[in-house]
Amino acid sequence: MGVRTWLGEWPMFRQATGSDPLGRGAAVQSPRTRALEPRTREADEVVKSVCPYCAVGCGQNIYVRDGRVTQIEGDPDSPISRGRLCPKGSASTSLVTSPTRVTTVKYRRPYGTEWEDLDLDTALDMIADRVLDARRRGWQDTDDQGRVLRRTLGFSSLGGATLDNEENYLIKKLFMALGAIQVENQARI
Amino acid sequence: MTLFDAFSGAASSLSGPLPDPSADAGWSAEHPKRVGFFTDTSVCIGCKACEVACKEWNLVPDDGTDASDLYRLTGMSYDNTGDLGASTWRHVAFIEDVRPHGTATTGHMPSGLPALGGSLPRDAASAPPDGGTVDLLALLPDTGAHGQQTPDDERDVRWLMSSDVCKHCTHAGCLDVCPTGALFRTEFGTVVVQDDICNGCGYCVPSCPYGVIDVRESDGGAHKCTLCYDRLGEGLEPACAKACPTNSIQFGDLDELQAAADARLAELHGRGVEEARLYGRDPDDGVGGDGAFFLLLDEPEVYGLPPDPIVTTRDLPEMWRNAALTALGLGAAAVAAFFTGGRR
Amino acid sequence: MAEAHPVGFQWVMEAKARGATVIHVDPRFTRTSAVADLHVPFRAGADIAFLGGLINYVLTEGKDFREYVTAFTNAAELVGEDFADADVEGVFSGYNAETGRYDPISWQMDGAYEAPAAGQRDHWEPELREEHAAFTSDTAGGVGDQAYAPSDPERDDTLQHPRCVYQVLKRHYARYTPEAVSRVCGMGVEQFLAVARAITENSGRERTTAWVYSVGWTHHTVGAQYIRAASILQTLLGNMGRPGGGILALRGHASIQGSTDIPTLYDLLPGYIPMPNAHLHEDLQSFLDADAAKTGFWGHMDAYLVSLLKAWWGDAATPENDFAFDYLPRLTGNHGTYGIVRDQIDRKTFGYFLVGENPAVGHANGKMQRLGMANLDWLVVRDMQMIESASFWKDGPEIETGELRTEDIGTEVFFLPCANHTEKSGTFTNTQRLLQWRREAVHPPGDARSELHFYFHLGKKIREKLAGSTDDRDRPLLDLTWDYPTFGVHEEPDPQSVLAEINGFDADGNHLASYTQMKADGTTSGGCWIYTGVFKDGVNQADRRTPGAEQTWVAPEWGWAWPANRRTLYNRASADADGKPWSERKAYVWWDEESGSWTGHDIPDFEATKAPSYRPPEGATVEDALSGTDAFIMQANGKAWLYAPTGLADGPMPTHYEPVESPVANLLHDQQDNPAREDIDRAWNRLNPAMSETYPYVFLTYRLTEHHTAGGMSRFLGYLSELQPEFFCEVSPALARERNLEHLGYATLISARTAIEARVLVTERMKPLRIGDQRIHQIGLPYHWGSNGLSVGDPANDLLGVVMDPNVHIQESKVATCDIQPGRRPRGPALLEFVESYRRKAGVEPGGIT
Repeated sequence: MGVRTWLGEWPMFRQATGSDPLGRGAAVQSPRTRALEPRTREADEVVKSVCPYCAVGCGQNIYVRDGRVTQIEGDPDSPISRGRLCPKGSASTSLVTSPTRVTTVKYRRPYGTEWEDLDLDTALDMIADRVLDARRRGWQDTDDQGRVLRRTLGFSSLGGATLDNEENYLIKKLFMALGAIQVENQARI
Repeated sequence: MTLFDAFSGAASSLSGPLPDPSADAGWSAEHPKRVGFFTDTSVCIGCKACEVACKEWNLVPDDGTDASDLYRLTGMSYDNTGDLGASTWRHVAFIEDVRPHGTATTGHMPSGLPALGGSLPRDAASAPPDGGTVDLLALLPDTGAHGQQTPDDERDVRWLMSSDVCKHCTHAGCLDVCPTGALFRTEFGTVVVQDDICNGCGYCVPSCPYGVIDVRESDGGAHKCTLCYDRLGEGLEPACAKACPTNSIQFGDLDELQAAADARLAELHGRGVEEARLYGRDPDDGVGGDGAFFLLLDEPEVYGLPPDPIVTTRDLPEMWRNAALTALGLGAAAVAAFFTGGRR
Repeated sequence: MAEAHPVGFQWVMEAKARGATVIHVDPRFTRTSAVADLHVPFRAGADIAFLGGLINYVLTEGKDFREYVTAFTNAAELVGEDFADADVEGVFSGYNAETGRYDPISWQMDGAYEAPAAGQRDHWEPELREEHAAFTSDTAGGVGDQAYAPSDPERDDTLQHPRCVYQVLKRHYARYTPEAVSRVCGMGVEQFLAVARAITENSGRERTTAWVYSVGWTHHTVGAQYIRAASILQTLLGNMGRPGGGILALRGHASIQGSTDIPTLYDLLPGYIPMPNAHLHEDLQSFLDADAAKTGFWGHMDAYLVSLLKAWWGDAATPENDFAFDYLPRLTGNHGTYGIVRDQIDRKTFGYFLVGENPAVGHANGKMQRLGMANLDWLVVRDMQMIESASFWKDGPEIETGELRTEDIGTEVFFLPCANHTEKSGTFTNTQRLLQWRREAVHPPGDARSELHFYFHLGKKIREKLAGSTDDRDRPLLDLTWDYPTFGVHEEPDPQSVLAEINGFDADGNHLASYTQMKADGTTSGGCWIYTGVFKDGVNQADRRTPGAEQTWVAPEWGWAWPANRRTLYNRASADADGKPWSERKAYVWWDEESGSWTGHDIPDFEATKAPSYRPPEGATVEDALSGTDAFIMQANGKAWLYAPTGLADGPMPTHYEPVESPVANLLHDQQDNPAREDIDRAWNRLNPAMSETYPYVFLTYRLTEHHTAGGMSRFLGYLSELQPEFFCEVSPALARERNLEHLGYATLISARTAIEARVLVTERMKPLRIGDQRIHQIGLPYHWGSNGLSVGDPANDLLGVVMDPNVHIQESKVATCDIQPGRRPRGPALLEFVESYRRKAGVEPGGIT
């Protein structure tokens, strides 16, 4: 940085020599301020999405940089929402980047007083065993009048309504194949 | 204009009408048009999307990280924000306004109330919004509405909501008193704090006639709405205006917003909403008009806004002129020479 | 709507700006009320009285849209002679006081059996089923009788016959006079009449009126009948199937519509096909005979169901084995969520998956929910945050009271972190039946996985463990089509392949373009017939994103709406009997004589080339049996039902019953509350007696804009928590005076379940109401809180008991009673004694946890 440039960056110099003698505008703009740009400009990609809160289905644009969500805003293209979001939808960035989010498996053994850590694959294996056991214990071939039931009441499921259709489809399909009729959803509530 | 002119009061850039505050602050003739907010409170539903969208974009801390009373109700209706401040750049006020029955309409934008009788079919898709399709008042007989209610209950409630924000004054006291140049007038005519310059002296805090700017304890800097300065350069609208579900917060070129506001006011007056008024729209007011102005449905005080804000530096030129004359009289000319010597 | 669906509300504000009148009928004065032209406060739980009053107004004043009513409804059909109206007594014919259930046979039309398109179709009880079968000519004539000819009921097109639906309806609602409505609802007669005039004057050829509702209508022991009442009103006024009309359900979760379409619900299969009930010798055909109409589009249930079975069991589903119909488990009654929880407490069911749901604070009677979890062998919770339902064993309210001890709770708990909406691709179905595809933006962190991943791999693991099994009960698992392509290091299943399966394929493996291509012979597959077309041409139609500004106002190229991308259902009714638009400004879909087809702004919800003049030949079935004016194509007779001869468990016409916990007597009928409602009579679910002096106040639960349901997605976020930081109750100044409640002080609210505390907001927005000689106070309770997260508080749902609607088994959580006292609630065991003392005083049996 030459002396001239350096001097030019000095607000007092610019104030005294420029058209902003009171130093209230151009003269005092710092290099950092001058270089400001929206962080969305840095995004590697903008991904089309839909708000996860209520059922209006507002369009969202997800700004991603280095594999992380940096901003979520309304999608102006959406004929439903026209780019707008409510306070919850506007908090989506906080939702997906929440510092209190739990990202590892937690396990509480029967009668245990604290959470323990557990490997995900181990957990899945243990759950599969428990499903089969509960299925067997709750199995009913027929009722007392001889009507075919072919079902289990050994376990049940309650899903939130922020699950994808594809996910609900797999849950229902798997449960039907298991003979587990007790599949329920927030939609009942 | 020169500094001397400013001190001598030859120009009026510290008060009064000023068509182009950016030029006044040294931006070249090609600078963009002045932009601002028109907040039409008659369509505000108090959802607070503006508050959240602002914080998300500007990474403003929530109260939990910057206030001692964590997550407490204020008791001011649904307003738990309380006030604009260093960590609150948009604030939605909720006013529960109680009136004797019959003197107020329920809705705060009563489109359906005066005007047309109920039986006239109108084309809602193309008709000017000069009244409702069904005249509800006409449908209510004159006598004894709420006939079943006890007199105690015969009070109507209006629930006014308004999203407040920094006014980006034409004459910004905060900017004029800032000794470091941290506060500056942008090429868009907005007023912005530069975090890298601000030393947290706090002079700006009492100088704001609206009580907007404040110093944040956690970082010691002064903060307020930047009108999303970083977004403007990219042609993006500020986060709050973008999120606003009902378009209560409108962003745009100030002259266009002013025209839109005037039309909206006339429309509401045409519908009999006499209490509608614009606030901060007048370039002759004490701050030379606001870059962020409002349509209100009641007196400004009802919303917690000063009725007649005056830039705190209005009398500064005169004070300085007197001081300068005194100085000259004492023969301390060197000071003036330093400044005038800088002229080109 | 402004409160819980602010962005959707922009369209209401826009309509208002164009001159629409907005009326808000709600016990609570909300953000919607603030901008409405008229807010009508009234008593929670009195909606059928209000809607019935409007129906009565329309009928007595002759304000119905007669041409619409005669063209598109069953108004002219005669009800059978056996039918007896509810009348003064308030109970319809067919009620069995012993079982508390109705036999609906006497509600049928004169000379015909009309099959329901939804609701109570088959009956699992053998007695009812036999009676039902005797009444249906097809089953009597032989299984799968193709010669079956639907008979039309007797009718009187002048609408004068005393047994025609129009007159039956008129008599039923005659007692719902403006004065009666005023007395029951606590609203002024004039206020009621203002609404009645507004909606009738704004309906007809030139104008339409829309009704918008949310769970304020469904969370009642008569919830389904609330919606029925609105349907009757809107049909009488000609507001169905027309632009700007309809009854719009504002659903509260991103894909709650999808959760019913592809139901994770016990009583449905995908596409609203009922789950089969257990019967002797039940095969596919007898199921269809019992559940499917022969006429209308439900006449194709065989094709929809066989295609579903093919999608699930592929080559194992053959004509010889009834397409594996026997693989489906059978129902024997109500297995809804509250029954499941009861069975958990009784240790009849052992495991529980909670997937993005927080019943410990989000469901009625939180204690019941937590007790259910505490009595499990194992519990899997999948969520993003440590919600109360995962940590109940540690910090639940029952630990504080000493009713449960952590060391005594045997439940094994797996908390598995889940992916959020940016971390997986898939579709949500929004409240207008629109499927929108989300694209994955980032990978989920750590152990977080999508539900798709979890269930796919769980299924794989289970199938591996059962490989080689010869047990007959494992066949459905081993024969299951479960081979989705995967990608990435975590072997994430490809959600597009699942969506393609849902859409379905023809015999050559081409994507189906429409459900009309589905066949009952096993040559097509498809996992949810109403979604067929979403993968038309092999293109993910739900991922279409033509900007709104670049297409028509109907926006057909944004996402994909079921069925067939239709944006307004039953839109044939937007044209008159001859197929002409009712008016120029309300033109939507119409018959184009020149091209011989239906056309318009939307995709016609009608066979494209069926002329308005079409009349079905004798013996026609399925859609061929519907005439060119039968706009309601899912109905067996193509008509909108003003009177529902079947399908409902609690009467063919909506009737005002008081909420189970009501402070007043039913002023319209002798019967106090819904005689067919469902109860759970247990120590942990005690109910406040009706008209109890001990629990004198009404409370209603609701949402705030700043929070989301049980709080799992809002209470953990600083920016939302600071906006509504604490649990509070809203009371009127009059109630505050009556109970010495201080603004911002604490109050304790007490029911027969428990007592909770809340900060007090005294507000003029809450109004006492006059009901008869009584002054009724209502207390507002937002229900978002629990013990975890940044913003904490007692859960409002703990105050609620569980009593249910008999049609849909949904709880009455929008109205109940309580007492309120100043100050904080007792802590620890003292809380139990405090609540028990109230029960004693009210004459309620003791409470308990077993």
